[in-house]
Formats: sequence, structure tokens, C-alpha cells
Amino acid sequence: MSILDVRDLQTHFFTDAGVVKAVDGVSFSLSAGEVLGLVGESGSGKSVTGFSILRLVDAPGRVVGGQINFKGQDLAKLSDREMRALRGNRIAMIFQDPMMTLNPVLRIETQMVEAVRAHDRVSHKAARDRAISALAKVGIPSPTERLAAYPHQFSGGMRQRVAIAIALLNGPDLIVADEPTTALDVTIQSQILAEVQQLARETGTALIWITHDLAVVAGLADNISVMYAGRIVESGPTDAVLTAPAHPYTQGLLGSIPGHGRRGERLTQIPGMAPNMARLPDGCAFAPRCARVSDTCRSSAPEITTFDGRRSLRCFHPLVPMTSSA
Amino acid sequence: MLVFLLRRLAQSVFVLIAMMIVVFFGVYMIGNPIDILISPDATPAEIAETMTRFGFDEPAYMQFLKFVGNALQGDLGRSFVHGESAVTLILSYMPATLELAALGLFFSVAIGVPLGVYAGYKADRWQGRAIMTGSIFGFSLPNFWVGMLLILIFAVELRWLPSTGRGETVEVLGMRLSIFSENGLKYMILPALTLALYKASLVTRLARAGTQEALMQDYVKFARAKGVSETRILLVHVLKNIMIPIITVLGLELGSMIAFAVVTETVFAWPGMGKLLIDSILTLDRPVIVAYLMMTVIIFIFINFTVDVIYTLLDPRVRVKGEAS
Ligand SMILES: Nc1ncnc2c1ncn2[C@@H]1O[C@H](COP(=O)(O)OP(=O)(O)O)[C@@H](O)[C@H]1O
Ligand SMILES: [Mg+2]
Repeated sequence: MSILDVRDLQTHFFTDAGVVKAVDGVSFSLSAGEVLGLVGESGSGKSVTGFSILRLVDAPGRVVGGQINFKGQDLAKLSDREMRALRGNRIAMIFQDPMMTLNPVLRIETQMVEAVRAHDRVSHKAARDRAISALAKVGIPSPTERLAAYPHQFSGGMRQRVAIAIALLNGPDLIVADEPTTALDVTIQSQILAEVQQLARETGTALIWITHDLAVVAGLADNISVMYAGRIVESGPTDAVLTAPAHPYTQGLLGSIPGHGRRGERLTQIPGMAPNMARLPDGCAFAPRCARVSDTCRSSAPEITTFDGRRSLRCFHPLVPMTSSA
Repeated sequence: MLVFLLRRLAQSVFVLIAMMIVVFFGVYMIGNPIDILISPDATPAEIAETMTRFGFDEPAYMQFLKFVGNALQGDLGRSFVHGESAVTLILSYMPATLELAALGLFFSVAIGVPLGVYAGYKADRWQGRAIMTGSIFGFSLPNFWVGMLLILIFAVELRWLPSTGRGETVEVLGMRLSIFSENGLKYMILPALTLALYKASLVTRLARAGTQEALMQDYVKFARAKGVSETRILLVHVLKNIMIPIITVLGLELGSMIAFAVVTETVFAWPGMGKLLIDSILTLDRPVIVAYLMMTVIIFIFINFTVDVIYTLLDPRVRVKGEAS
């Protein structure tokens, strides 16, 4: 059974320059314990998708359409109070920049204890004990002493570990991790990746891992959804998508990962720039940068087609034969 | 940190010297006190005798040097009118002004911070706009006018509070204060409110700007993602961050509150330093005017210094930089 089911999500920003369809018809679902990699270039709407799930989209943005079902309840129908009771409790989120996510003037203890006590009527002492064990779980040495510290006394990697510990505090069913390792250097990145993977597996927490780097989710995710200009252009099991990408954009992302292509092959970059979300072209948003573009692509946008049973695609000119479409 | 403190100290000394020059010659220009000190029908001999006694016959620069020499020994002259040492005189009026400023400061925080935080939280709603419009009045209404309006409403019409003078006082730490007696406190409310109005508007605006900025920060969004209530976000996450700039500014403003309580004290006949200054100007009591201005400068310097220290204590980031250096 799926614990999260997002259907045709539409989140728009009503700016002076016009309506920005940051998320434009995104659908995916996760079952308990599943790891979904949400991949795409910067600006493709990944974070907004994550914030839409937590109902934390900032003005001038608004969820204007679609449905988000979490464990069978429609999140849009919950009162603010009910939604708050869910946040940080059943659904947790980790942000991209560990330098900004912790309040600089509050001790780690304050910030962790409040996260427990926002949901559980436990004593300060009990909440504190939970914080200590969460810190230990994410590999922070001498957690009891570190509780008294302020965020600036931690390195970036350690701060992100604290944020992860906070996300784990209440044993959530789902964690939305929004590029949590992007701001960190490579060794720390892989350490944290491995730890989170292990923690998610141990606790059976479902994970949406947002990243712009396909390589990051390759060893982590069960399924991958590739986002471009507010839409999911390709999704499917990680192995299938990585070995036989169907969308030219996915292929482009793969081509820019070192060590992925065959030996001696040059790294390729997707030509052109990420699109201006306020003025998307008619037809397929990727058309201006696509090598396989045709007139059809410029005049009409491709719909979602499913194939291979578990894969789906938005493209008129797939790179793989579309077999057994369901 | 030490280097920083020493540099601040050196700056302060320069300011003090500059102020001495400006104050002394400024006051020297505003008139000859001899006209007031002796009766109009005094003989030229009597005038000359008085001039010599007060040292007015010497050239200005000599008078200045003498003044500086005495000042260095803590003697800022003797009041012509009261015959007392100017410093002692001012110090005896100071508790009244200090307690008025303290209560005014309390009012401005107690009014300004909640209004500002709320206005920042509801920045785009009518509540936020209404508060901001209100604060414009607080900024632009002249002090004496507000004072008289308050007297008219609360003293004359409603008869809730007394309008002039200082009520009962109790002796605390050798100072006579009215803030600790119920009757005395009643006398303080209207002048303190008058004094607070401008600062309250300032605090409202600061708190609003700070709140708006803090609410856009990731740490607020993260706190929301943790499920923390909006009330706690405002009262803990936001407030703790905005108090740093507010305390800084308020600390600096405390100086001006003490120094320029002049108008308010005059309107309410509050026997503080400000009223003493006005009376001294009217009688051309030169030593008191000079001493008042000099002490004001010293108060300012002292407050700025204290603010820096408090700021360091409040902001853990600054604190660590200090420890490191
Ligand atoms: N506050 C905002 N105001 C206007 N547009 C926004 C805002 N936040 C995001 N957007 C739009 O949404 C798009 C997707 O943003 P985001 O989800 O943050 O991208 P990413 O995939 O890098 O996480 C951006 O390209 C931008 O056009
Ligand atoms: Mg993002």
C-alpha cells in the first residue's frame, strides 16, 4: 500500500511577471520504506514539490490543483492544526543548506526538544533523552555535551547531521530530503548518504531524496522520477532508468556524470540553459535543448505514457522501444 | 576584543574633548550672566567686583583653561543661582529623570515589540497596515502636544491620573525614587507614556522589519517543518533574533531619552534634569548648563559602551569571535 500518493499536483507562483507554474501536473507515489529519487536541474520545481507535500509553500506560491494523499488522508482537507500535527511527526523534511536551517541564536537542545514536544506531551528530560539518542544515531560524537552548543559551533556536515537527527526524532513515516548533501563536500556527502540509507532501511521510513545529481541517487533510490520545468518527464525503477533512459533529458543528465559513460567517452553536457519558468515554450519544455526535437514537439506537449509496466515517460521520441504499454 | 575596547575608549576621549570646547564656547556665547546675577541699579564698582569674583573679567580662553583644569578634577563649577556644585545639583535631579526614562523605555518595549512582531506577521493584512499607520503618528506628533493631550484626557476629563509634579518617593539605595511607591508611580505614568511614544513607534518599526526578515529565513521554515506552533515560532525563534538589533537601538536611544526628556519634564513639571536645564537656561546659570551637557555626553558614551557589551552577550556568534581573539 502506498503511504504517499501525489496526483496531478499543481503549484503556481503568482508573481508580477506572470504565473510561474513551478509544479505543473506532478504525480508519483511511495510505499512504506521506499526511497524515491527526485532528480532534475536547479529550478525544475523539486523543492516546491517537497514543500507542497508539507503545505509549506511560501507566498506568492499556492497549490492550485491535484491531490496529495498521505496514508489515505487528503492533506488539502486537513486544518492547519491537523497539518501541523503531521509535520515533523509523520512527515519530516531536511533542507538543502545546513548553515541556514538551524536557528543561530538557539541551542541545539532547544531546537531538538521543541521538535519532540510539539507532538508529544513528554517531560523536557524525556525529550532531551530522545534528542541525545537521535544525535548518536546520526554519528555525532559526545551528543550529551553537544546539545548545549549553538549551531555555529558545528561544521556544515555536523549541522546537516543535526537536521537529520531532528527529522528522525519522532520516527516519521516519510522524510523529504531536499538536496541535503549538495552543500557539503564529497566525502561527507557519501558518508551522510550511506548513513541515511541505513537509517531509512532500519526504521522503514519512506524517503523522497531530492537532488540535481543522478549519481547521488543511483545507489540509494528504488525509483527515480526525473523532473524538468515543473513536470516529471520520466520515472521508473532506478536500474531501468539508469541503464536504458527513455527521455533525452535523462540521457543528458546521465551523460554529465563522470564514470558513467563508457571508458574514453567524453562527458557531455545538456546544451542550452534551464528554461525561464515564467515563459515556457508551447509544446515540450525541453524542445529547445533537445537533439531529437521535431515539429510536433514544438507545437504540442507530450502526455504521460506508461510502458514496461512500471515506467512512464513524457516524450514523442523515446530512446527505447515502448513495449507492453499498459 | 581588548583592542576593540581600547579603541572605543580613545574615541570616547576625543569626543569628550571636542564636546568640552563646543559646549563651553557655545554657552559662553549665549549671554552675559552678570545681567541676571546683580540688580539693575548696581554701581559699576559692584559690577566689576562681581565680574572678578566669578572670573568673567578674564579672556575667554583663560576661562576655558580654568574650566578644563577644574573639570579634570571632577569640578564643573558652582551654580550661580543655587550656590551648590553644579555636578551635585544635577546628580540630585538625576534619579527623577532616570526612573522616568526607565519606565519610558519599559513602555516603549512593552508596546512596541508586540505591535511590531504582530505587524510583521500580518504584514500584508489590514492589521499590519493599521499598526504601521499608527506608528507614523507616534513619530510625527510633537512630544509637548501628546503630553498635553494625555493630560487633557486622563487628568482633566477622566481624572484617573495626576498631571503634574512628582508624587510620593521612597528612598532606595540613597536615591529618592517614586517608581516603587504606588502613588509615585501614578504620577509617572503620563510623562513616561509621553516619553515612550516616539520610541515605541521606533521599536514597532524595528520589530516589524526584523520579524518580516526572520520569517523569510530557512530556520523559521524548518521550525514549521518540525511542527512547531506559530506562537512559539514568533515568541522564541523570531523574538530571540530580533531582540539583538532592538536592544542595540534602544540602548542608544536611552541616552537621548535621558538627555532630551526636557520637553516632557517641562510639560509635566517633572523635577528632573531636563527641567533643571530649562530653568538654568532661563537664568543663564552657565556652570549648570555646561555640566549638564558634559554629563549627557558621558552618559551617552557609557551607554554605547554597555550596549556593545550586552550585544556581545546576546549574540552567541559575536561571543565566540570575542573568545577566539
Ligand atoms: N518565491 C518564489 N517566487 C517566485 N517563483 C518561485 C519562488 N520559489 C520558486 N519559484 C519558481 O519555482 C521554480 C522551481 O523552484 P524550486 O522548486 O526551488 O527548484 P529546484 O528544483 O531547484 O528545487 C523556480 O524556477 C522558480 O521559477
Ligand atoms: Mg531546490
